[in-house]
Amino acid sequence: MTQATVSAGARSRGFYGEKGKYSGIRGWIFSTDHKRIGLLYLVSMAGFFLLAVTFGVLMRLEMLSPGKTIMEPQTYNTLFTLHGIMMIFLFIIPGLPAVFGNFLLPLLIGARDVFFPRLNLLSWWLFITGGLLALVSVFLPGGAADTGWTFYVPYSIRTNTNVLPALFAAFILGFSSILTGLNFITTIHRMRAPGMGWFRMPLFVWSLYATAWIQVLATPIIGITLLLVALERWFGVGIFDPALGGDPVLYQHLFWIYSHPAVYIMILPGLGVASEILPVFARRTIFGYKFIAFSSVAIAGLGSLVWAHHMFTVGMSYTGMFVFSLLTFLVSIPSAIKIFNWIATLYKGSIVLDVPLLFILSFIVQFSIGGFTGLMLGALAVNIHVQDTYFVVGHFHYVMFGGTGFALFAAIHYWFPKMFGKMYRKGPAVLSWILATLGFNTLYMPFFFLGYMGMPRRYYDYLPEYQSFHVIATVGSWILVLGIIIMIVNLLYALKKGAPALANPWGGKTLEWTVPSPPPTENFATIPVVTTGPYDFSEYEQRPAEHS
Amino acid sequence: MSGTSHGIPAEAHVHRDDTGSRLGMWLFLFTELILFGGLFIVYAVYRFSHPDAFHLAAAELNTFVGTVNTIILLTSSLTVAMSITAMQEGRKAFALTLVGLTIALALAFLVNKYFEWGHKFDVGIYPGSPELLSQPQGVILYFGLYFIMTGLHALHVIIGMAVLMYVFNAIRRGTIHATSYVRLESGALYWHLVDIIWIFLFPLFYLLH
Ligand code: HEM
Repeated sequence: MTQATVSAGARSRGFYGEKGKYSGIRGWIFSTDHKRIGLLYLVSMAGFFLLAVTFGVLMRLEMLSPGKTIMEPQTYNTLFTLHGIMMIFLFIIPGLPAVFGNFLLPLLIGARDVFFPRLNLLSWWLFITGGLLALVSVFLPGGAADTGWTFYVPYSIRTNTNVLPALFAAFILGFSSILTGLNFITTIHRMRAPGMGWFRMPLFVWSLYATAWIQVLATPIIGITLLLVALERWFGVGIFDPALGGDPVLYQHLFWIYSHPAVYIMILPGLGVASEILPVFARRTIFGYKFIAFSSVAIAGLGSLVWAHHMFTVGMSYTGMFVFSLLTFLVSIPSAIKIFNWIATLYKGSIVLDVPLLFILSFIVQFSIGGFTGLMLGALAVNIHVQDTYFVVGHFHYVMFGGTGFALFAAIHYWFPKMFGKMYRKGPAVLSWILATLGFNTLYMPFFFLGYMGMPRRYYDYLPEYQSFHVIATVGSWILVLGIIIMIVNLLYALKKGAPALANPWGGKTLEWTVPSPPPTENFATIPVVTTGPYDFSEYEQRPAEHS
Repeated sequence: MSGTSHGIPAEAHVHRDDTGSRLGMWLFLFTELILFGGLFIVYAVYRFSHPDAFHLAAAELNTFVGTVNTIILLTSSLTVAMSITAMQEGRKAFALTLVGLTIALALAFLVNKYFEWGHKFDVGIYPGSPELLSQPQGVILYFGLYFIMTGLHALHVIIGMAVLMYVFNAIRRGTIHATSYVRLESGALYWHLVDIIWIFLFPLFYLLH
């Protein structure tokens, strides 16, 4: 396939020009085209993200000085709850799979759409319903939920705030997530282009595949658990109510049986994006393809067995604690395998330092810090000391935001030309990367020190000796937000005024780069026949490509 | 997917892939099983911690009604399975009768369930009732689980009926026919799921004393 073909789609508008049954906004919200659905997710998710970021920044403002700074304690409680719910269920879980998975999965495997296009549209509708329900709960009498995103009983069955709408929002969002997973598994099994065996699939597809299995197998547990809390509130069935004999710790087990694997729903696609971007900008075949592919599956499997490491202080047998701690340490092995492989991919590559790669480099460092602090948390003795402190908050922001969030930024900069047929300006993009990385680390690095000193999470007030770190963190949040704003403005500007993008601006080797930017309605005029692996950069390499 | 070396032209796009549809259906069934799986875990935990109270409470359920309902559901699984064979042989009227029979049996199940629940309410046993709250905690948990699990199961019976009605209609209109019956199969699979969950609920609540 030739590299430099200027895409015909740069001049035509690709699938944007499609004349469907409906026009205008209805041409979007009733479209079953996977690309349109992906963009629907992108826009709605971005809206929720910005709102949740605003909540985060407000919380940081409150923490600028001890005592009340700008809000009452109850407001702080609802803010971290909404921030958590929205970031988890509306941003990071659907972020990569629903946005980029939808847009790219069929393109990456040489298909014209996903297997169940109408189900796909239904997923989006469920997503938006759940998201709006979560927002509406804020304005209903009673006030927004104040339980934290974890909905721990017995508080969640006692508080008078609007826990029910929030529970149902999470329930509906879970359903949407299940349907997406189901759709992707079927698509990957049945719709790969001829010649694309399992080991010729791009690694992003592998990670989507592992993610989809977790979505399908773990999400029903959270569904039933949240339903039980709702029934508890309505009828007082007693399952989780200690006054009636129920066991609140059982709730925590059920919650984390889902929510820990869900952490891997969040991170796996991010790992996939890194594996996609690195070889292109190192101009080298990915090192250890099979190891990366299987490590995704291993992470998905092992990650399902470590849930109780969130509960080391609630009372568990020592054997239980030992086993869960051990399993937690084991998950780090497949994660580390990926990092070693990425670094080996970069080694002796002809590296092109472009924007997507910059974000991926931040991702690797920040994800590693998140991973290492995760190991510290998994160690029983340390865990007792830092449980429920800012150390934990720092750790999960490093993994979810520094990891997945930055992978998402990388993904949008990598696939933007393909999705919109426009090129963004590099200067502001690099600036946004500098500010985001700098701001991110200034914001969350102090959290580790605060946590180690004993600053508990979910408190709106603190002792004066913590203030210097809190001030540094709050300043970091401003830098970070500035970076995000520049990024968004730059991309929106490109949407309006950007130069037309080539079909393959980065020299990628996967199938999405063989079609025009933006892709035509049904992606491929003729379904391609795949004859090589996904990262064949042998023309750049002296030695023949490594095979693993 | 047919893999010719020349690629597949755009017209071939509207493809039918029954295997894929079936795969999707099975995945969906997994999620349903796991949904109930969560409840079975809760049941196991509380049965383990309150063996005596569970024993006592189980004696209050009517094993006869439970057995009748089990037979009803098993029969309905048979009829729906037979409807697939009938459809494969192109005997449309017979297939319709069998699906209709399945729906009728489902309804019979629900009627039974209604009277069973109604009776419990009459004697003052329902979540949060003063009568129930005066009982030991294990009994409260037992009946809490009983109402949740059989209630959720009944909800699935209702959904299953809706699915079967849709299938019934599709057969009648001829969009499900002897060479294209994957929707009938999926509907039947769903119905078997409803059945199999009951097969576990029945002994756990009625028989294990
Ligand atoms: C500018 C961006 C962000 C800022 C300023 C921010 C700030 C904060 C703050 C101040 C808290 C509360 C700490 C406490 O008092 O316990 C918090 C909690 C949390 N954040 Fe963020 N955050 C940001 C982005 C994110 C992202 C991208 C995610 C997820 C992907 C995320 C997920 C969470 C979660 C799950 C919680 C816990 C909520 C709870 O305790 O229930 N945040 N964040």
